[in-house]
Amino acid sequence: MRATFEAELNFLKDELLLLGNLVEQQIIDSVDAFKKRDANASRAVIEKDLKVNTKRFAIEEQVLITIATQQPMAHDLRLLASILEIAGELERIGDYAKGIGTINIRMGEQELIVPLIKIPVMAEKCARMLREAINAFVNEDLDRAKLIPLEDDEVDKLYNEVYHTLLKLVVKDENSIERISWILWVAHNLERVADRVTNICERTIFTVTGELKEIRSSDQ
Amino acid sequence: MFENDTIIETRHLNIYYGDFKAVTDVELKIPAKRITAIIGPSGCGKSTLLRAFNRMNELIPGSHIDGEIIFEGKNLYDRDVDPVEVRYRIGMVFQRPNPFPKSIYENVAWAARIHGYKGSLDELVESTLKKAALWDEVKDILKQSALSLSGGQQQRLCVARALAIQPEVILMDEPASALDPIATLKIEELMQSLKENYTIVIVTHNMQQAARASDYTAMMMLTDGTRSGTVIEFDETNKIFTRPRDKRTEDYVTGRFG
Repeated sequence: MRATFEAELNFLKDELLLLGNLVEQQIIDSVDAFKKRDANASRAVIEKDLKVNTKRFAIEEQVLITIATQQPMAHDLRLLASILEIAGELERIGDYAKGIGTINIRMGEQELIVPLIKIPVMAEKCARMLREAINAFVNEDLDRAKLIPLEDDEVDKLYNEVYHTLLKLVVKDENSIERISWILWVAHNLERVADRVTNICERTIFTVTGELKEIRSSDQ
Repeated sequence: MFENDTIIETRHLNIYYGDFKAVTDVELKIPAKRITAIIGPSGCGKSTLLRAFNRMNELIPGSHIDGEIIFEGKNLYDRDVDPVEVRYRIGMVFQRPNPFPKSIYENVAWAARIHGYKGSLDELVESTLKKAALWDEVKDILKQSALSLSGGQQQRLCVARALAIQPEVILMDEPASALDPIATLKIEELMQSLKENYTIVIVTHNMQQAARASDYTAMMMLTDGTRSGTVIEFDETNKIFTRPRDKRTEDYVTGRFG
């Protein structure tokens, strides 16, 4: 029954997976470019963000068409509402990667004042959480969706570590404030990525159970 | 279960046509001044249940019930209850508009007159047609035959005819299935305005209609291994269509039944 509708739902899930992959790569690439101080690579990330936005709009449009033509109810309706929401979250995550690219370009010729501390670790963790969250959504894996947000605490811990290390440097040398704040902004963007991953997991729980509730309140 | 007052309550209701048990063990509380939709696949006993609420099934030879249907504290099937009186208080609108082949005016006035209405018939006809959202369209043609109206107008006239005898409950058996989308929406809007004063129970095959127009939804289905239907889930319409509890309801409202 409803083969056309099922095909449309599967198509949308595939598109969401592709968008997730794209955004995940953007995070990795943006931090990699920052680490290497490679402005061209950052420009490539910024350019690719257009592709992220286009895909997000395409998903949104297809969801609306499916709602209008198939009149989904119950689980189907929750699934489609969640796809709409998650596509938006992915687009925002893409913006954080783009933001990291912009920071790198704005820094110009300045050298990194300090090693990147735990930032590459944060980036990898965020990218992996994102991939797992999208997989959990597509597979409607309730257990995974409940576990992934716990890792957000680890990202927060890493962020605090970076923050305090940088703060100590500021105290030592006031002239370094600008250069230190570049790095802090990168870490902040990554911390926000993990928060949005938590939002994605909330949508998985909603899709499966019909319950809308916030997993934790660090997303302000 | 709900904060509303119950106007009709069924207790262990079974409905039979001769030896055939069409509806099994329905326990349902219809909230007063709300719209309750009964949905479910064909042949699951929706119309049979609806017709039991005003003893219309009795017109079919061999039909009978056991259990009780309590309306305002009294079992509608008690020996001392007059089925005609029941049908005055619990009116019905059918699938196909069926106005009498008389004038528009007479369609509304007739039942009230039979019922011994003592007030001004002109006033009754006007106020009733206004309630049925038909007055503006027919006020200048009241003496014309009801059969000259469009299908949607005829159906609203049938609602007016049911209202003229001042019932408390209006049963609607697929009232819009023979109407186009505009006329359907007019009936649905009419239901919303009527629920301020009346309780409405509607049987519909159109799930979007149940979702749009009702406050509560009863999901009916054949019980396992039989040809007898029962209510498997009753809840607020919002819940039935976004997160039903029963897997069978989920399968039905998402179009995966069967």
